[in-house]
Amino acid sequence: MPLNVELVAVERQIWSGEADLVIARTTEGELGILPGHIPLLGQLAEGGTVRIRQESGEELVVVAHGGFLSVTDRGVSILADVAEFADEIDVARARRALEEARGADENDEDAIAAARRAESRLLAAGETV
Amino acid sequence: MAQIREIRRRISSVTSTKKITRAMELIATTRIAKAQQRVQAAQPYAREITRALSSLAASASLDHPLLVERENPQRAAVLIVTSDRGLAGGYTSNAVRAAEELQSLLRSEGKEPLLYVIGRKGIGYYSFRRRAVAHTWSGFSEQPTAGDARDVAATLIRAFNAGVDEGDDSGSDGILGVDEIHLVHTRFVSMLAQEPTANRIAPLVVEEVDFAEDESSKVSEQQPSYEFEPDPETLLDALLPTYVTSRIYAALLESAASESAARRRAMKAATDNADELIRGLTRDVNQARQAQITQEISEIVGGADALVSVGSDE
Repeated sequence: MPLNVELVAVERQIWSGEADLVIARTTEGELGILPGHIPLLGQLAEGGTVRIRQESGEELVVVAHGGFLSVTDRGVSILADVAEFADEIDVARARRALEEARGADENDEDAIAAARRAESRLLAAGETV
Repeated sequence: MAQIREIRRRISSVTSTKKITRAMELIATTRIAKAQQRVQAAQPYAREITRALSSLAASASLDHPLLVERENPQRAAVLIVTSDRGLAGGYTSNAVRAAEELQSLLRSEGKEPLLYVIGRKGIGYYSFRRRAVAHTWSGFSEQPTAGDARDVAATLIRAFNAGVDEGDDSGSDGILGVDEIHLVHTRFVSMLAQEPTANRIAPLVVEEVDFAEDESSKVSEQQPSYEFEPDPETLLDALLPTYVTSRIYAALLESAASESAARRRAMKAATDNADELIRGLTRDVNQARQAQITQEISEIVGGADALVSVGSDE
């Protein structure tokens, strides 16, 4: 029995489908969810990625900012403020954003958050930071 | 003669106004549909987060500051959602009226209301009356994004967490704290009816989720033995502000739909009135034209008669 996975951002549902395995990193550490996992509610680590392995063996990599993970017997839902697929990430833009954010004032909370977001985007896209 | 030209000019002016109101009516109609789609699109998130929170509430001790009623509340934040642009009938004034009612209610309970206003029209209302407003936002009333909602929620939660300091000054942390947060927004009842409503969003009451959508899962969910990462208290800390944000976002979206619906109705009324005006004016023109023709005929006939009578005299 495959897992029903729902990926929802605040503004809309981004993806839903079936998967064999979901790997996510919560603030406590990385965990993998197989079908039949006990109910769980977790806070995703900032800048963490979520990997959804579909039945076909294909793997979806998603960057979820400010998200939560909820596992019930009906499936897995990933809630995020903003979520995007790794293969849709504009690497050049993320790198520019990162440099811009790093150049900003060190005490600027927004800039720090922006830098972290850009970093996680780049990492998800398979780039080095 | 001059009267006919005058009326014709009014007809053309009313006709061009009618074209504008008709266009605005059509735009508002498509905006309603779009706004409703956004309300729909935001629902999965709201549903999931409410479900997560209710399961968490069952396991964690509910003594989080955002959930507990404060003893002796002194100041309450009132967030009012109004429109950025006018020509929306009574949309903004109805919301403001509901907010005024809420404020007098709060005052009678001994709480000092502190205003937070969204939308240029509402801001204009309060600045014209020189009323103090704690914070304002504008520019997104018709198409609010989740980012806007986060902005608003962050400001309100900061004020809420600061709590009320002694006296009327903003205290050592520089933030004028509040003990309660109320939200006034316009509910979208139908295309024809929008209703301003006031809700309290903090301290909040977690809405129970309706699990009845499929019976089989209901049975198994009666004893949920959830695992939490990190521990329930920390998780609640992180989840509650997000929940407040999603409530505010939902209110903004619904208000946007209501605003467009109110505008559509106002513009429809304006278009209908213009139609009626044009009909009346056209009748006046025709009447004046006929009167003029009649007058000309009688003048000609009278002139001819005069000539004939002059000729017969000779």
